[in-house]
Amino acid sequence: MNIELVLFGVFAVMTLLSAGLVITARSPINSAMALVSTFFFLAGIYVLLWAHTVAVIQVLVYAGAIMVLFLFVIMLLNLGDAAHRGRPTVTRILGGASALGLLAVLVVTLGRIDAQPARLGPQAQATFGTMASIGETIFTTWLLPFEAVSLLLLVAMVGAVVVAKSRI
Amino acid sequence: MVPITYYLLLAAALFCMGMFGVLVRTNALVVFMCVELMLNAVNLTFLAFARMHGDGMGHVSAFFVIAVAAAEAAIGLAIVIAVFRSRGSVNVDDIRTMKH
Repeated sequence: MNIELVLFGVFAVMTLLSAGLVITARSPINSAMALVSTFFFLAGIYVLLWAHTVAVIQVLVYAGAIMVLFLFVIMLLNLGDAAHRGRPTVTRILGGASALGLLAVLVVTLGRIDAQPARLGPQAQATFGTMASIGETIFTTWLLPFEAVSLLLLVAMVGAVVVAKSRI
Repeated sequence: MVPITYYLLLAAALFCMGMFGVLVRTNALVVFMCVELMLNAVNLTFLAFARMHGDGMGHVSAFFVIAVAAAEAAIGLAIVIAVFRSRGSVNVDDIRTMKH
């Protein structure tokens, strides 16, 4: 039995269980905590894909910063137990059915692909997915998009303050 | 080696669970969390294809997706706070001013 396959199976099952908890939990705070565990298990899967840097960013930015923001807002709003289930309207039933339909189509389509990971030489193995190689790509080929993202984050920060502030 | 198909199937399942939550849940905060689930599924697809081709470009794409998701979360949560302040609810069924 392949140890990589076993690890993948464990992480995949835990990811799907946590994601299911996110969409079924009654209170938003339970959803948020389930989402944090989903991000951690996904980071494990990223490591299996040799994407160590993205896994670290996932834990730091997603499970750290973004989820703290979510929890902060949930506690700020103080929703209490008013979280009732929405009535099953026609739109909602059709939406759920279309999500299941998309899943069926994707599973059938992806099941037909025979995809094997590339066999990398020892030279490529040493650099694949490291911080150095990703940084080199970003700061040479993708420098302008990188700067655009920094501008986007600044605009989002200012916009969030403007929108959330009660009186300017 | 795990075939890339398994990772793609996991990403498809995750994406559809996020889509299901977006379309079915009524709490705006949970809807946002489901959008994050969908973004993560797309990230997983990027990384799986990067591993399949032995090309680091997918990692850069995932990095950009995470950065944009951070901006989206900040703006979206600010809008949720503003709506809650004026309507007293985060239920997407109650917010129907822009319908019709």
